[in-house]
Parts: sequence; C-alpha cells; structure tokens
Amino acid sequence: MSRFWFRKPVGAASAPAATEAAEGMGGGGGRLGDIAFEDRMATVDFRVGERAHIVVDSDVCRSCTTRACVTACPANLFAPTADGGILFNYEQCFECGTCYMVCNGEGALTWTYPDGGQGVVFRQG
Amino acid sequence: MADERVPYAGPGAAPGAAVGDQPADVDVIVVGAGPAGAAAALAAARAGASVVMLERGPFPGSKNVYGGVIYGRILDTVLPNWWEEVPVERWVVRRSTMVLTETQALTVDFRTQSWAGPPYNGMTAYRADFDSWLAEKATAAGARLVTSTVATGLLRDAAGRVVGVRTDRADGELRARVVIAADGVNSFLAKESGLLPKADPKHHTLGVKEVLSLPREVIDERFGLRGQEGLDIEMLGNTRGIPGGGFLYTNSDTVSIGAVLALPGLAAAKVRPEEIIADLKGHPAIAPYLRGATVKEYAAHLIPEGGYDHMPPLHADGLLIAGDAAGMTLAAGIWLEGVNFAIGSGLVAGRVAAEAAAAGDASKKRLARYRDELEKQFVLADHKRLRGAPEIILSERIQRRYPGLVADLVESLFTVTNPEPKPGALALLRRAAKRNGVSLRELARDGVRIGKVFR
Repeated sequence: MSRFWFRKPVGAASAPAATEAAEGMGGGGGRLGDIAFEDRMATVDFRVGERAHIVVDSDVCRSCTTRACVTACPANLFAPTADGGILFNYEQCFECGTCYMVCNGEGALTWTYPDGGQGVVFRQG
Repeated sequence: MADERVPYAGPGAAPGAAVGDQPADVDVIVVGAGPAGAAAALAAARAGASVVMLERGPFPGSKNVYGGVIYGRILDTVLPNWWEEVPVERWVVRRSTMVLTETQALTVDFRTQSWAGPPYNGMTAYRADFDSWLAEKATAAGARLVTSTVATGLLRDAAGRVVGVRTDRADGELRARVVIAADGVNSFLAKESGLLPKADPKHHTLGVKEVLSLPREVIDERFGLRGQEGLDIEMLGNTRGIPGGGFLYTNSDTVSIGAVLALPGLAAAKVRPEEIIADLKGHPAIAPYLRGATVKEYAAHLIPEGGYDHMPPLHADGLLIAGDAAGMTLAAGIWLEGVNFAIGSGLVAGRVAAEAAAAGDASKKRLARYRDELEKQFVLADHKRLRGAPEIILSERIQRRYPGLVADLVESLFTVTNPEPKPGALALLRRAAKRNGVSLRELARDGVRIGKVFR
C-alpha cells in the first residue's frame, strides 16, 4: 500500500478554460451545419496518449458484412481498406463505446479506456 | 510517486488471481466522480466512512455529456439551498415538445415563472462545472478524490468477494470494504463482475451534441428569455427514421443542440450521426434560432435507455453499482432524466456502503438494502412505473408514422379550403392516418397502450 492514496489532494479539479471557438458555419448562404468534419473535431480537446486504446483485428473485419462502425462512430475513426480490412485511429476518440456496441465480429474490436488523464476532455458536455 | 502507468489490459483480459486477506485501505472506494460517484462519496463520507473516489479524467465531468436538463430537487436533502452556489447556466422556465417532419413542426410550449425562482425545477449546466462542483462537496465532507486514474479491474478474495480495485497507477491496488462502481455507461467493472452484458446495443442510444456560440442577448431575444431563464426543447421525428429524437437547450451564451439515436437503427441506416444534427439545425423551424451561431464543442456519449426491465443486478458481495453503470437513465418520452437518477442512486449507495463497512458486513445479503431503498424512492419507483415506456417510445409507429400523422392532421385542420366546406375532424384524422400508413385500429390500440404505460 502506497502512501500515495492519502496524499493531499492535487489541484486537478480546477475549472476548465474555455476552448477557442471554431470556424463559423457560414450563416449566410449554404446550409447550417456545413462545418467540415476536421473543423468539427478541432473544437474538441484531446490529450492523446501513446498507447492505442482501440485495437482492431482486420482479419475478423474481412468477414464482416455490416461494417457498422464505419458510419456509426461519431468521431469517424474507422475507415474500410481496399483489401476488406478496417483502418482505425484512436487519437480523436470520444470514448463513447458505440464502435464495440455495434460491432458484430467476435474479437474484432478491443476497446478500453485510455490511460488515466488521457483522451477526450469535454469542457461543455 | 513515479507516474508510471501500468498498461490496461482491457475489460476482456483475464481477471487477476484471488488476493489474500490484507486489511482494507479504506472503507469505501467509489469509481467515477460523476454525479452518481460524487453523491455516493458525499453520502459515505458524511456517514463517517473513509472514502477514496477515483476519476479517470483530469477533472470530474471531463468525460461526461448530457442532453438537456438537470433536476436538482434530490439535492435538497443533502445540500440545502444548493441553488445559491451551483454552477448553473440557465434555469429552465420553458419546456417545449416539437413533433417534426422534414417540412412541418408542431410545438407544444409550456412556460411557468414558478420555475424561475427558488427552489427552481430544472437547470442547464456544463458537466465539467456541475460534476466538479458536486465532487467538491464530497471532498469537503472528507472524501479523497484521485483524478487521472483508471480503475482497471476488481480485486477479489478467494471466495470471490470484491475487496478493492486495480488501477493504472504504478502502485495501483487499493482495497476497501465496499466498492461502488459509478463508472458510467460502459462500466467495465460491472461488465467484469458479470452483472452487465459486454455489449447491449438494443438498450443503448448514442447522444451527439454541438454547443453553439451565440451572444447572450441574442439567445434572450430569440427564445423569449430574460436573465437566467432558460429553454429546453425535446424533438420527435426528422431523424431519418432512426429511432430517437432531438434536443435543444439554452446555456448563458451558447445553445446546445443534438440528437439521441438508437444504436441498432443508427447502424442499419448507414447515416453518420452528425448528419442528423445537421438535419435538425437546418430544419425551417429551428434554423432561424441558430443563425450566425458557431460550433464551440462537439461531443458524443452513450445513454443506457433500457429502463427497469434491463437494469443489471445492482449489487454483489462487496460491490454496488450506481448511475449510468446501472442503466438508471429514465428515457420515457416526456420525461428524460438521468443526472437526478445518478445522484439519487449514489446517495443511497454511499450510505448503505458506509453502514455495511461500519457493521463489518459487506455481504450480498446485507447490500441488498441498496435495492430495497431505491425501490421505495423515485429512482426505482419511477423506473418501475414507466417500465413499458422505452419500448413504446422507440417503436416503429411512434417514431416513423405518428410525427407525420400528427403534423398532417394539424396542417389539414388549419388549411382553409374555400370554397370547399370544412371537412369533419374525424375525416381529417382518417385521411392523415391513411396517408401515413396507420389504421384507426392501430391508433386506438396504441392509445390504450400509451395510456397504460403512463397511467
């Protein structure tokens, strides 16, 4: 048992700073919501850890007929590859869990939380 | 302490070997510093227990998203006059329900000034602020908050009883007399304990949300608000046939808009979630509210919507489950509540855990008091009463046919057809029903069903 657990609390619960407002949506012409996906994701604060907290076994994905993760993931982290696999990225993950919930391939997707303090940081969730 | 992380093998990893009979480091470990965890830590600390609360984010609320209104009445019992200090954005005085088709909108709009002053009814807030505030109440009562720490697994003794948690800190094992899993909708602790299924898409929805910047005066003018008054709109329809709905609510100088989408429907529709938000933002009844707004933050989170019939068992030897981890979000159509259920369950869990620790008995039998008490309170009483609601709310006709039926009926009622005389209301109803593929018999049957669910 380490004494760590009983040290004085660190000041980690401080109020978060406001994020910079992202690019506008073009209130004039064009449809509202026409924000580019990269700009949308740029509004979110991610503390990217070194360890990938999502792992995809593309061999399992090759036999998948639905590929539900590709469209359902709100962060658009999954992309089909030409050889039938799935390319993924973990850096801009909301940690919502949609991908593993809709995945129909046993063992295709291993999803854990990022290490403590890493990952998404919502300011106005 | 050297901050070396022990890699998290993940929820599918083999559980560790049973641990020996070392004494507990604390009475109660609370995993998660959201509303359920903070309430549990507060109640346990006030009941005299030593408490450590673990939070995987850098601060409480950093991983959390909600969809509209926090109802704080449950706080009256533990934090008198909480409204004087809570980090509120706006107090909800207007509650609207919109039924949408692509080109139509029927809005039922209720407003009361009695919600504009103490003790208030509902509020909007940012979860980073609200959750941090509630967690501070727990630490002020004596609980110890450890942030940036993932509880990676349960410690069990030879008899299988939960006696603590593993964390991703280098010296990461922590023992307790009772562990409260308030680790959210994906609760890997509840999954590891076998109480929660590994994946359950049928009973979860995905919430996606944009926070949009608008000057405070513009929000006041567009939504008819003054001072700290706020508006919450719930929407049904216009989600491309995906069961779920939309929401819009006002903060001080932002407006939050989003959609809640049933996972099986979302997966089958092959539509990207943000497209549904774009549809709602572009709707002729909503777009004028948001003109000139800029996206400040985009967010997504799962919501457990199975209700009473799909909640996991709430306790095991040495373990209690609270809040979203226990599937306690109430998604019952006109009532959409979650934070209050998390707080309500957490308060009871914390007290029961502290009493069990003091009595030296954290057996499953003793901890059953948790469920017994929740059944007597709103937490499980409301869920039990409304147990049929999630299924009917997400049903095919409610989601895909009735919005069009209702909108067509109202449109035909108010469309003047001179020189043709006005048709009778029943004829209009028949016409609207037929046009939307609903028979009057189905309509009657659903009416009776809904009446039974909400009686």
